[in-house]
Amino acid sequence: MKEMFRIENLSKSFGNKKVLQNINLKIFTGEIFAFMGPSGVGKTTMLRLLNLLEMPTTGKLIFNGNDTAILQKNNVMSRMSMLFQRPAIFNTSVFNNIAYSLVIRRVDKKTIEKKVIDALDLVGLAGCEKQKSLTLSGGEAQRMAFARAIVFKPDVLLLDEPTANLDPANVAKIEEIIRKIRSELGTTIIMASHNIHQVRRIADRVGILLNGELIEVNSKEQIFTHPFDARSYAFINGEFIY
Amino acid sequence: MSSAEFLVQGFIKAFELIFSLNPYIVSITGVSVRVSGTATLLATLTAIPLAFAISFIHFRGKQALITLVNTGMGLPPVFVGLFVFLMIVPVGPFGFLNIVYTKEAMILAQYILITPIITGISLAAIKAVPKLIIETVYTLGGTEKDAAVATLKEARFGIITAVLAGFGRALAEVGAILIVGGNIAHTGSVGGIGEGLSETRTLTTAITSETSKGEISTSIALGIILISLVLSVNIMANYFQRRD
Ligand SMILES: Nc1ncnc2c1ncn2[C@@H]1O[C@H](COP(=O)(O)OP(=O)(O)OP(=O)(O)O)[C@@H](O)[C@H]1O
Ligand SMILES: [Mg+2]
Repeated sequence: MKEMFRIENLSKSFGNKKVLQNINLKIFTGEIFAFMGPSGVGKTTMLRLLNLLEMPTTGKLIFNGNDTAILQKNNVMSRMSMLFQRPAIFNTSVFNNIAYSLVIRRVDKKTIEKKVIDALDLVGLAGCEKQKSLTLSGGEAQRMAFARAIVFKPDVLLLDEPTANLDPANVAKIEEIIRKIRSELGTTIIMASHNIHQVRRIADRVGILLNGELIEVNSKEQIFTHPFDARSYAFINGEFIY
Repeated sequence: MSSAEFLVQGFIKAFELIFSLNPYIVSITGVSVRVSGTATLLATLTAIPLAFAISFIHFRGKQALITLVNTGMGLPPVFVGLFVFLMIVPVGPFGFLNIVYTKEAMILAQYILITPIITGISLAAIKAVPKLIIETVYTLGGTEKDAAVATLKEARFGIITAVLAGFGRALAEVGAILIVGGNIAHTGSVGGIGEGLSETRTLTTAITSETSKGEISTSIALGIILISLVLSVNIMANYFQRRD
């Protein structure tokens, strides 16, 4: 298996606040990896570090065999995209929002049009392209942001609570798209989720964060049946007190 | 003549002057709009890049520049007039330009007055764009330039408001342009009132001089035009603010 990311002794603090400590992890090309853990533990921070939106306080982040500290940031960032927990929407039409990543890559107009329409269709927003994005409902906005993140076919997709605002039918739809993107395009997908059931349905491997540390990384099967760490067991079974 | 009659007569005559497109009045309006319009255009071309530089680029002296902008937003126009005048009088450092009592001098004074205003309001509009918008640009593969363009688009209504505020301020200003422009009209008389066509006489400076000469209906006509212009600018600004 080819390594997409290697994280070495990474820690991250905001001021005096230590959020992540001593993280070591490899993430492989084409896998679906999920970070789980209680609210405020640092899942979003982890994804932001991988997307180079934050810099590690100490430690290294290796992308495709190269240290990201010395790589041209934009070259790395343009190969991935992140769906934020609370997506920001450009104050323009749905079409322009989704087309954005293609427009800045100077894709030709015809191709953009086709890709945007296909992406809208995929997330169940067909026909909404002319609507002003700020008038979308919460769930529609979430799906639009999802379409915007995937439309340029990034090598790495970072999903922060991708279905938090959605109803069960749309949750199923998005999960199916995530699986399909991975199987058809071989995209590496890294997600953050509190939703144990969702992780169980779509992840290959899981990392459990607790008190700033990655206490266990394991295959989904292992984690949900025989976790190494008693605290993982407690978290998964909702016994964790926080 | 009672005071009511006096006012009614004044207004009737004023409307006659406006609707007959009296050449004296028209030339004054033209000078006002040209001078303030040019000053606004030049100020905008300075202010927007400046606001972006302050927002996006790290450089030395940035804090001092922000202080300068904030101070500039509240500069008394007569002070700016005096300052520009001292710079451009024949013995001043820019005396060689030979622009005392010209439209160029007035444009320069208004430019100094409104550049900080447009910069300051634009800065606030740019600052109001959420950080997450910029991060969205980066996460979708955009460069810093793309982020600046996206910010400009998000802040567009606020920036248009800033430009209109600058234009409104320039139109209504009197102290600075009176000092550096001299409120000059050509000799002779056109349309039976005032003097010849305006050279550096604007709506505001003409109102001061016509009123002191007792030409009340001319002043009222100029006042009506001035207030209509300022009001339309404000209505436009309001419209864009509500679009935000
Ligand atoms: N820029 C920042 N400055 C200061 N503190 C921050 C910053 N970003 C995150 N934090 C803190 O870091 C911790 C981890 O935040 P993070 O958003 O990564 O948690 P999370 O695991 O995603 O939580 P949730 O499940 O609620 O989304 C929190 O305590 C948060 O307050
Ligand atoms: Mg989070």
